[in-house]
Amino acid sequence: MIIRGYRDSLLFVGFLCVCCLFASGADSSSTNPFEISSPDTGFNVVDKFVLSGLQKEQIRPAGLCSDAVFLRRVYLDVTGAMPEAEEVRRFLENPRQDKRVTLINRLLAESAYADYRTLKWCDLLRVKAEFPINLWPNTVQAYHRWIYDAMKDKMPYDQFVRQLLTSSGSNFRTPPVNFYRAVQGREPAAIASAVALTFLGERMDQWPADRREGFAAFFSRIGYKDTAEWKEEIVYFKPSETPLTAMFPDGKRVTIPADQDPREVFAGWLLAADNPRLSRAIVNRVWSWLMGRGLIHEPDDIRSDNPAVYPELLDTLAGELVKAKYDINHIYGLILKSRTYQQSSIPRSDPARAEAKFACYPVRRLEAETLIDALCRITGTRESYSSPIPEPFTFIPEDQRSIELADGSISSSFLELFGRPPRDTGLESERNNATTETQRMHLLNSSHIQNKIQNSWKLRALVTAQRNNRPALIDSFYLMILSRYPTQKERETAMAYLKSDPMAGSQDLAWALVNSKEFLYRH
Amino acid sequence: MKKDNGTLNRRDVLKRGLWGAAGLSLYGVAGSARVVGAAEKPKGKAQSVIQIWMWGGPSHLDTFDPKPAAGYDYCGPFDKPIDTNVAGIQIGQMLPLLAQQADKYSIIRSMTHGNNGHETASYIVQTGHEPGRQVFPCMGAVASLFKGYDHGYKGLVPPYVVLTRPQGRFSESGFLGDKYKPFATGGDPNREPFAVEGIIAQGISDRRQESRRKLLEDLDTLGEAMPDHPQFEQFDRSEQKAFDMMFGQARSLFDLKQEKDETRQRYGRTTFGQSCLTARRLVEHGVPYITINYGGWDTHKQHFEAMRRKLPEMDQGMSALLDDLSQRGLLETTIVWWGGEFGRTPKILWESPWNGGRNHFGKCFCSVVAGGGFKGGCVVGSSDETGSEPATRPVYPQDLLRSMYTLLGIDPDGPLPNGRGLDVKVMPKAASGSGMLTEIM
Repeated sequence: MIIRGYRDSLLFVGFLCVCCLFASGADSSSTNPFEISSPDTGFNVVDKFVLSGLQKEQIRPAGLCSDAVFLRRVYLDVTGAMPEAEEVRRFLENPRQDKRVTLINRLLAESAYADYRTLKWCDLLRVKAEFPINLWPNTVQAYHRWIYDAMKDKMPYDQFVRQLLTSSGSNFRTPPVNFYRAVQGREPAAIASAVALTFLGERMDQWPADRREGFAAFFSRIGYKDTAEWKEEIVYFKPSETPLTAMFPDGKRVTIPADQDPREVFAGWLLAADNPRLSRAIVNRVWSWLMGRGLIHEPDDIRSDNPAVYPELLDTLAGELVKAKYDINHIYGLILKSRTYQQSSIPRSDPARAEAKFACYPVRRLEAETLIDALCRITGTRESYSSPIPEPFTFIPEDQRSIELADGSISSSFLELFGRPPRDTGLESERNNATTETQRMHLLNSSHIQNKIQNSWKLRALVTAQRNNRPALIDSFYLMILSRYPTQKERETAMAYLKSDPMAGSQDLAWALVNSKEFLYRH
Repeated sequence: MKKDNGTLNRRDVLKRGLWGAAGLSLYGVAGSARVVGAAEKPKGKAQSVIQIWMWGGPSHLDTFDPKPAAGYDYCGPFDKPIDTNVAGIQIGQMLPLLAQQADKYSIIRSMTHGNNGHETASYIVQTGHEPGRQVFPCMGAVASLFKGYDHGYKGLVPPYVVLTRPQGRFSESGFLGDKYKPFATGGDPNREPFAVEGIIAQGISDRRQESRRKLLEDLDTLGEAMPDHPQFEQFDRSEQKAFDMMFGQARSLFDLKQEKDETRQRYGRTTFGQSCLTARRLVEHGVPYITINYGGWDTHKQHFEAMRRKLPEMDQGMSALLDDLSQRGLLETTIVWWGGEFGRTPKILWESPWNGGRNHFGKCFCSVVAGGGFKGGCVVGSSDETGSEPATRPVYPQDLLRSMYTLLGIDPDGPLPNGRGLDVKVMPKAASGSGMLTEIM
């Protein structure tokens, strides 16, 4: 079984330099530490469409986010992790104009970026050992590894899709065949519905009956057979005597010779250079991952009567993807480098409307895995993850980040409380990032979180090392937890709080910061 | 509606403006949601369920279905069953206190499903469904759907509470999702304090709680920059509710010091006994479903030693619960359901390594129900002379669940709303007739 260990990035731990205590605080031009004033001019092609659309609607875009906000945001959105305190200090001190672009390029080359995208794809592809998806644990590891490698090696998206759709072979040795095994039903209609959802972002139940039936025909000649090896299964094309009539999602009919794999015919249609459906669906998904909602929303509910907010932008991004030979990183780069992405999250008009039109960066709660990994990293503590089925139970090394968990069956009560998706359906909405009172209670008052803070060697070491320099201590806490320096007012509040009992006071400060909206949300 | 019995006071409620709201909307349920459809079905009387979940599978022969005539290989040392306060009903000799409460409960001696695996048997007994592609929710999750926040429940603790540890190896909420998962208290009600997870923090004084909450408010810089944001309004509401639970009435609900010492003794100063007492307090507050997850019944080895240790505490806690509920007039509206996922092999394994053990046995076992519209003092069905198979009136888990749902006012044949677009009913179709225990309803 392949279990990858903790791959910490290049960042280094240690809080050596405490220089420039007060000088390098919040951006001086603003009243809050989150935004900086800047003209409403675009950075790249993305902004052209968004800004002109906003102008037409007479919505004023938000200001530009501060460097500190940008650093934290881009780290979270690209790697699912927060920057280390030292990284924050360096970035804020860096005087170069192009430091945001440099950072984006660097993060898109990191393995943590592959980890995080692997997590998203494992949600969509329902990578899970047990019930109601039954991949079996070692298959999950093989499949997860294949997805991770595809992400890390920058496999072009068209190849990724082709392999998932057309592979034949063993679930252990040809991992992409598991696409056809990680479905709740193996009848052609159930498979077709998973294909439409995953690659077209469409819900097949919205289609007319003849198209549903005709499309399902593409998946009616898939065979499954066991081998002598325990839990091995071969997925293959099972030829038939007669030709097959099928219907593409656009309504065109096709007759497929008896000896031709219909999956190949469908893949040929899907991946044709003049067919924008695949590229539109994936750039819309990427947009929704970075911007909180799709240009078409929900990103997996594309229909003719559900238009994009900025249709030309969607078409442009789709075209860019094809031009870049299906390199997804190119789309990430375009979006991340836009002013639209780098807007502050503080809207200048009604928040719901502003978010729907992308006139600000939408705030949303950190997902379960990101949150617990951040809490572990801040406190230097660990979590245990396990799967109760099948026996014997599966346990995972405690230093593994939850983002790297391969298997949806391997979990913890924290992950479930904070809405980790069960990986049953492949719908984006399976992930529940709503905030509930039991979640608040857990973070505010559970022994789990309290112990993490109280027993944190990392926090303790900081307090001990800086017991004679309270302002430096407070700075370190802010940099580590909120990825920024405190404002003058925050520093004074914290100083007053630490006065009587620095150790307990620091624990309470850490408690207050990890319970703040600023920590718990992307913003 | 439950009455104020004077045991709840606001001594500990912190008076700071924001969390003052906690004290006002007390005593739970605003208008009980009747969801029953068809008129011919029995009316729902029950407001709450206390499920005493005998995790591991208790021996039916040593509890409510003694077989003294079967001989030593079946009874072991427990061959002298005792009379109860109902003529003609005898139960195991280790349950003398429960024998005095037999008029309040009915014993089902012909439970059967035939499965001997913990996970699958738990699933069948608690969901009423055979395993299949869909993971159905258990009864507690269904009750929290139909009688919880969606239907006017306003209690200060979640509508489905587990004392104290979650069951594990079992997805309580199935396809209904996390929203209907139980709130597991953690902690131990027999210790001071009963450290209810999230509600009562150990080692943090009230003063410190208050001052650090003020700190949290003072440092809410992002919230101040975006005062009317809907996401943050939701966050603030959740936080308010969380603080209400931590410092308001919810906390005193779990404060067993408010009970008379004599009452606490009567239930037994054990984790199980004090869990029963806590369950009664939660019922008084209007919580619709409480599971006491009572482990330790998976006695493959040295079974009788374990029974001598465990049965007295079960006897004391459960009998006190029935008696107390009855005296307070709560038994009429509260179902008490005792049972595990299966029984245990009637024939004792004397040989090594079992040394007097009993294994899993799904073919025949007992359940006990009381209150909420169930008659007391009855026996439903019977097992054969060794307790190896149902002899008369086999009762399947779904029959029992259909009955309990009906008494709760939940239509077992009604649709089970879910976010997944599944067209499913609360319970599978009854095999014949009403599929219910009409003889004791």
